[in-house]
Amino acid sequence: MSEYLFLYRGGSRPESPAEGEQVMQRWISWMQDLETKGHLKDRGQPLEGEGKVVRGKQRSITDGPYAESKDIVGGYTLIEAKDLTHAAELAGGCPIFDREGLVEVRPVMKM
Amino acid sequence: MEPGEHLFRQESGRIVTALSRIFGLDNIALAEDVAQDVFCRALEVWKLRGVPHTPSAWLMKAARNRAIDVLRRERTARSLVPELGRLLESEWTMVATVNELFASETITDDQLRMMFSCCDPRLSEDAQVALTLRLLCGFTTAEIAGAFLSTNAAIEKRIERGKKILASSKRLFDFADAELPARLSAVHRTLYLLFNEGYHGASRETPVRAELCREATRLAALLLDNARVATPASHALCALMYLNAARLPARVDARGNLVPLARQDRALWDRTLIARGNELLDRSATGCELSEYHVEAAIASLHSGAATDGDTDWERLLWLYDILMRIRPSPVTALNRAIAVAQREGPESGIAAIRAIPASEQLAAYPFFPAALGELELRAGRLERARSHFEAAAALARNPMERRFLESRVEAATGEPHR
Repeated sequence: MSEYLFLYRGGSRPESPAEGEQVMQRWISWMQDLETKGHLKDRGQPLEGEGKVVRGKQRSITDGPYAESKDIVGGYTLIEAKDLTHAAELAGGCPIFDREGLVEVRPVMKM
Repeated sequence: MEPGEHLFRQESGRIVTALSRIFGLDNIALAEDVAQDVFCRALEVWKLRGVPHTPSAWLMKAARNRAIDVLRRERTARSLVPELGRLLESEWTMVATVNELFASETITDDQLRMMFSCCDPRLSEDAQVALTLRLLCGFTTAEIAGAFLSTNAAIEKRIERGKKILASSKRLFDFADAELPARLSAVHRTLYLLFNEGYHGASRETPVRAELCREATRLAALLLDNARVATPASHALCALMYLNAARLPARVDARGNLVPLARQDRALWDRTLIARGNELLDRSATGCELSEYHVEAAIASLHSGAATDGDTDWERLLWLYDILMRIRPSPVTALNRAIAVAQREGPESGIAAIRAIPASEQLAAYPFFPAALGELELRAGRLERARSHFEAAAALARNPMERRFLESRVEAATGEPHR
């Protein structure tokens, strides 16, 4: 088993709290499924939409997020899977795809 | 958390109320925005972290923190005129005052006061209902418009007018106000309309309607927790809601078709709700006040106690309808009374009673008016007349469920499938 980081990018905001609750329920079932099957290493955290970007030798500071809003990382989760293909399969169950978002799957570098 | 329980509906009223006391009644929109933001953030966190053990406490804490942030930020940006003025302006007293407004007992009491503020006599009943749904149940404009088959623009207008009235009253309704009895009647009426919209209403979506019933019942139950407003009529209104809600599982069959009371599978009726309703009805029988809710609850209780439709005590039902016609006459009540007459004395008497309904033109758009005539003509064996009544009823249907049901009655009067 190796570790993989899921980065949740984009995804439209719910129109109403009622809709939001439905979306949340789907995420919770997905997470529960990952947990029961022993894939969940760290549930991770959601991230704020705002931020700062520090760059260059000058350490110039600008307001982030720098990418287009559809690409903004909204949260992350650390999971365990057999290999990258398996990890990508697991990401396929994420409810973010119903809302025009995507999951970036990145292997954690091993020794 | 149970799916469909809609935690935020329950908490929205509490949070918006507390926030509107903090930001002032003329800043309800700000209170709503902050509440909405709290919910959205909660859902983002819970999505990944799971729902906390006490979601309600989590939300209250988050709302309180956001309120403090906003107060600190807005104090310089614009002038908030909170009900508690200076206490919230000074950094010394601000946090303690906000904490106090978010204390469980304060918030419960304030939520009730907000309900009374929404039922201001300067607002139409429709506007009172819309404002209550918005501020106490967190319904969006689109959700209210969907439930009442209205347009977003029309609902938005009602809510805006409601908010203006609220803003002009500066503070929440005070239970020491001499106007309390009249205002309590208006609250009863609003909750009754809310429940009925869910029960009999025109919305095509069953879940939306069940939610209206649930919200009306939840708000009515709040009245019983406060000695000043837990009157016999408040108990009777709650009893009525429980007793009617008990029949909800049997009102629509597995294929989504409407099932009239006489043909419902009574095994599906919720016995727990019936017991609770009857208990409240007993408790409502104190003092000498007899409200329409007492009589309507007694009618619902009578139905719920009959093992089959044939076992219904029609004599007593008719007596109750006669009382209801004296307390609060309405064409729909007169129609229901006429149906009870038919059950006791036969279809001809029933038809005569329907024909004798005063102001029956108010029922011109009500599909169950011609439908009732159709049923009685059918029972009298006059198929041709029955069919034309059912056809008229089907043409008035307000949603696909009603239409399917009424078209099936056309078929019943034809003996051939209706096209």
